[in-house]
Amino acid sequence: MNHWRRKGMNILVIGLCSAAALIALVPLILIFVHLISKGFGSLNLAFFTDLPRPVGEPGGGMANAILGSCVLIGIASLIGFPIGIFGGMYLSEFGKTKFGDTVRFSADMLSGTPSIVIGIFVYALIVLRTKNFSALAGGVALGIMMVPTIMRTTETMLDLVPRMLREGALALGIPYWKTLLAVVFKTARSGIVTGALLAIARVAGETAPLLFTALGNQFWSTSLNEPIAALPLQIFQYASSPFEVWQEQAWAGALVLIGLVFILNVTARIAFRRKG
Amino acid sequence: MKLDRVFEHVTRGFAASLVVVVVLIGFMLFKESLPAMRTFGWQFPATQVWDPVADLFGGLPFIYGTLVSSCLALIIAVPLSLGIAIFLSELAPPLLKNIVSFLTEILAAIPSVIYGLWGIFYLAPWLRTTVEPLLAKSFGFLPFFQGPPYGIGMLAAGMVLAIMIIPIIASISRDVLQAVPEPQREAALALGATRWETTRVAVLSYGRHGIVGAIFLGLGRALGETMAVTMVIGNRPAISASLFAPAHTMASVIANEFSEATGELYTSALFGIGLVLFSLTLFLNAGARWLVRSTMRGAGGGRE
Amino acid sequence: MTTKIEINRVSAWFGKHRAIKNISLNVPEKTVTAIIGPSGCGKSTLIRCINRMHETIPGTRTEGEILVDGTNVLKQDPVGLRRRVGMIFQKPNAFPTMSIYENVVAGLRLNGVRDRAKLEEVAVQSLRKAALWEEVKDQLHKSGTGLSGGQQQRLCIARALAVNPEVLLMDEPCSALDPISTARIEDLIHELRSTYTVVVVTHNMQQAARVSDQTAFMYLGELIECGETKRIFTNPQEKRTEDYITGRFG
Repeated sequence: MNHWRRKGMNILVIGLCSAAALIALVPLILIFVHLISKGFGSLNLAFFTDLPRPVGEPGGGMANAILGSCVLIGIASLIGFPIGIFGGMYLSEFGKTKFGDTVRFSADMLSGTPSIVIGIFVYALIVLRTKNFSALAGGVALGIMMVPTIMRTTETMLDLVPRMLREGALALGIPYWKTLLAVVFKTARSGIVTGALLAIARVAGETAPLLFTALGNQFWSTSLNEPIAALPLQIFQYASSPFEVWQEQAWAGALVLIGLVFILNVTARIAFRRKG
Repeated sequence: MKLDRVFEHVTRGFAASLVVVVVLIGFMLFKESLPAMRTFGWQFPATQVWDPVADLFGGLPFIYGTLVSSCLALIIAVPLSLGIAIFLSELAPPLLKNIVSFLTEILAAIPSVIYGLWGIFYLAPWLRTTVEPLLAKSFGFLPFFQGPPYGIGMLAAGMVLAIMIIPIIASISRDVLQAVPEPQREAALALGATRWETTRVAVLSYGRHGIVGAIFLGLGRALGETMAVTMVIGNRPAISASLFAPAHTMASVIANEFSEATGELYTSALFGIGLVLFSLTLFLNAGARWLVRSTMRGAGGGRE
Repeated sequence: MTTKIEINRVSAWFGKHRAIKNISLNVPEKTVTAIIGPSGCGKSTLIRCINRMHETIPGTRTEGEILVDGTNVLKQDPVGLRRRVGMIFQKPNAFPTMSIYENVVAGLRLNGVRDRAKLEEVAVQSLRKAALWEEVKDQLHKSGTGLSGGQQQRLCIARALAVNPEVLLMDEPCSALDPISTARIEDLIHELRSTYTVVVVTHNMQQAARVSDQTAFMYLGELIECGETKRIFTNPQEKRTEDYITGRFG
């Protein structure tokens, strides 16, 4: 009797776990179905080439927001890559110390900090000082968010490079710093590139840190000292508007954004697998 | 030799800048919220009134909203995530495992503004027309399920958050379970345990700290999640027992009101809420980190 | 014969563990010296002190005096020293991101040599000296890690020779190789003797007997005996040496 109860329990739990896996995938499928059915309808060439139009005028696109996102990601990378990569090198090569642990701890704390908090922090740090919202402030906010991911992946990837490669280079009379850059870093490169791409993919979809830094803009702008549009910001503004035309544009924007995030993710995977 | 020292110092500088940023975040939030703290003191997080016109600010509705929406998310997400984690680490054949892992990773990569968009146009209407009336009918005697079904509100926020944190909790728990040494499983199996008993006795009890850590990390994410919540929670600074009613969270009030905040005290109060949020997530993440690490280390599962 | 390397009362530590104790040893120029002994006796540590690779491991320390051409290496710039004292490791460690050609010239290139003609000339010469040229001359731009283990080890030798060292330290260079590859490396060591001073660490006594002019026997961090190879193997003075070479322990 007991035996059957145990068997039944076993089957029940296996069933429940499999069901959980299935249920969790339902929203994913729904989101994709909705994105594609709603998004493709309003997606056309004008979306990629035109500026947003005022309500009532048909057509228009998010070209400035797409460009703006690229500018913001560019600034963020200029900040996030050097700090993340060199910091990761420090952690891997010199940082097996108390201070290194402090850095690691800070990285974990920063990656757990809500993005809205980073947004108001950069507002206090830059916008309050320069007295205007700017692409620069937005880029700094995104850059800060990239650092922990890149730093920790860089450390992990450099740790995986066998010690004997370092020794091989050092024994040739190559200075340590050159050994690191030319041999160790190069060997770990594909893994680090993967980390960097994933970090970009993560910040490309961020909205909260841009609300009070980049602010958004209805027009073309590439100036670092002025407010700049960004795809996620535009989606947010249009989605919360009462106008159906704008809501449809928001869906199109969402489709483009997820396409971008996807391409970055897939590229990251391929980059890693090729050298793996 | 000299250049080597230079290189070490330069990289150390880059690493140190990260620590500086974290300290600076705390410092700036503290500094900017001083006016509000001077005015309201310790009453600030305990007061319910949020009246910008009268310059009266209390953080309680937002702290309440954040905690309730996050708890709601956990109630939905934890059982599902653990199911997925057990399924992935103990039950699924390799092919299925790869597919499901891949799909959960996609779920984690979707930007939160897209969850919000989907929440506004599909989840909230569905809740209003189907789920909330049904809940009101079956469990209407409970205060949680009373009142008009708005769709937009606490329940919508909790559900969107649940969808967003499932991948986090599931993937970390899966890593924790996979770090449980094989002999532990074999020992249980050799005693004649069924698969579930093995999982329960050997795997789950071994990895329980790590799973708690994973839940903490999911909670940390839910507490700070901004866009998706802002878009579906209804943004009303009031405390209501009903899950159908609109509410506000710490993150959503900042997102909504920061750019309209006029006057020093108003902005400062929002910074104060930011400081509470930052401290809360810091505390949670530190705990989670400690828990996950202690299991990974205990299991001999690798690093450090 | 002039003395190339003079080791005077050298001790080396890993943290608190003293891996080699007060060792003194002379290595004559253009000869092959073999260091034998059971594993863990400190023979690798000893040669890693000569080009100061020992100190690249955190928590290590060296004491004493090692003279190469009469100057103390422990007081020298290690980077410059390592260009004069090359090293071959237990496992071949060709750089995986570089082609065969790039591997050979890596030492020169990373030390600032840009002249292509010169690099190519050195690459060919070094590969010839390492007896690898014939096997790889048609695939110089393929990855070095695609070669067999024995070929990779000769590639590492070519890479070390390219920076034109005077001394070659070999840390069990054949331990990861099959017998045929081992034989080729041994032949190579024999040829290298005419130009370089070679110190080879091995746990294989036959190998020591075949390739070396002088043999040193180490045990538990101490140098037990050192002398002409033939004499050590036929007429050891120390009981422990005799026990080891006759296979009574080790």
